[in-house]
Amino acid sequence: MNARSMTVAEARIEWDRPERGRIGMLSLIAAEAAIFTIFVVAYLFYVGKSLAGPMPKDVLCAPIFYTICLLSSSLTIHLAARSLRRGSILRFGSLWLATIAMGAAFLYGTATEWHRLVYQEGLTISTNLFGTTYYSLVGLHGFHVIVGLLALSIVMVFTLLGDVRPEHAERVDVLSLYWHFVDGVWIVVYTVVYVIGR
Amino acid sequence: MTLAKMPLFAWLNLVMAGLVILAVSPLTAAQIMLLIDRYLGGHFFGTQAGGSAVIWMHFFWIFGHPEVYVLVLPAFAFVSEIIPVFSRKPIFGYSVMVGATVAIGFISMSVWAHHMFTVGMGANANTFFVLSTMAIAVPTGIKIFNWLATMWGGKIQVKTPMLFCIAFLFQFLAAGLTGIMLGVAPFALHLGNSYFVVAHFHYVIVGGILFALFGAFYYWFPKMSGKMYSETLGKLHFWVFIIGFHLTFDFMHIPGLLGMPRRIYSYEPGRGWDTWNFIVTIGVFFQAAGILVLLGNLVWSYLRGKAAGSDPWDAWTLEWSTNSPPPAYNFASIPVVKSRRPLWDLKHPADPDWNYE
Repeated sequence: MNARSMTVAEARIEWDRPERGRIGMLSLIAAEAAIFTIFVVAYLFYVGKSLAGPMPKDVLCAPIFYTICLLSSSLTIHLAARSLRRGSILRFGSLWLATIAMGAAFLYGTATEWHRLVYQEGLTISTNLFGTTYYSLVGLHGFHVIVGLLALSIVMVFTLLGDVRPEHAERVDVLSLYWHFVDGVWIVVYTVVYVIGR
Repeated sequence: MTLAKMPLFAWLNLVMAGLVILAVSPLTAAQIMLLIDRYLGGHFFGTQAGGSAVIWMHFFWIFGHPEVYVLVLPAFAFVSEIIPVFSRKPIFGYSVMVGATVAIGFISMSVWAHHMFTVGMGANANTFFVLSTMAIAVPTGIKIFNWLATMWGGKIQVKTPMLFCIAFLFQFLAAGLTGIMLGVAPFALHLGNSYFVVAHFHYVIVGGILFALFGAFYYWFPKMSGKMYSETLGKLHFWVFIIGFHLTFDFMHIPGLLGMPRRIYSYEPGRGWDTWNFIVTIGVFFQAAGILVLLGNLVWSYLRGKAAGSDPWDAWTLEWSTNSPPPAYNFASIPVVKSRRPLWDLKHPADPDWNYE
């Protein structure tokens, strides 16, 4: 047995373990994806099964502008994180603010759509199966946007106080993973609600 | 320590943790829907507005069946640590054990509707869920054979933890066999919602999981407390409890076969179930007595037990290389692990395991 060769072989192993926060966020995303899957399955299962109106094809119009807002915010948050890694705090802050603005615009879009549906079309969560599944699925997604906006705003406050530095890039990356997930889920929700379900 | 050198204990709990993430979330979703139905007037599961109660059953069992494996994988993990130590042999087929565990993790998410054969899902769905249920028996069977092969030719030490693990092997096998019976749709149509089902899953949870938990408790008690338990009381606990277990749950199958349904608290005399249920009740007293012996052993050993030392079983995993109970920081420096039995390597520097892995 050659003990010396063993130690040499052992020393060559390099540990490349992913960040703990990243693993935690990926686990959260996996769990959230399972929750959304169940809601999407329920939505698809109940498409066209409402016993009374209003029906999706009569009252829904696709929120294309606000969808573009939300999807673009994925790009700005990616660029923001990259700017932070490269040390440009000012650029990071402005891109981060743009991300928050576009997320808020998306929420405003959902709010106006819901207001119209409730007060003009008379569709509430208890009206029919469409109302139940629509408000649940879109609302669940909207709730995730709100949580994301809160988290992004906390980072924004720290940025304005001058407490965000390039060494925080990894943490900002972890938060941006969540935001990308929220955007990705919207593509699925949009397809299910406004394309297949209409 | 690389993944291929991780103890099976850690591997099985890793797979269990993944199942928790993927299986508990659907229950969260289903409960949000239920709250929407109850408090906001939604119609997910209410049939008056076109909702479906059956889809609630689907969502519940998408959680409910993987949950069974969330319970049983830690039990498998205990057994995979205890059997090798008391057989004085390394685990048989380590990589196959890991593979079988990962396979169980995946397949467990595709068998849920075998809880719903009596609903009337139709022939295609029934066939799919019968086949997936049969498929999950394969990796589980691999595990049973690997534990047996670990014991085969070993110098078996019949200590309390090992006794519980040997009983686990027999009882979990029997529980799995009634599970395969119930996993066949035409059979489940006859015995679904009967006491046979109740007996089956108690055989899994008491005969399998609880026995493995007891074994694990005795195995790691010296490490947790620094004191040795009383072997005499441990064996007394085992024998009293196993008599009670078999009186209760072996005989519980029979009223099920005779047509006794679940979830009833009373029935008319003369249905032929009385004697069987009486035997079942007698068994409960034995089980309770066994638990009392365990509690007595726990208190007596903690107060009066002999010091256990750091490694009472001459074991091979790292927890036995540190003090009993372990210090809060576990290890002053993170140990380098070169094989699956790092403590064996430390004890036998002339013949370390990494030469053979």
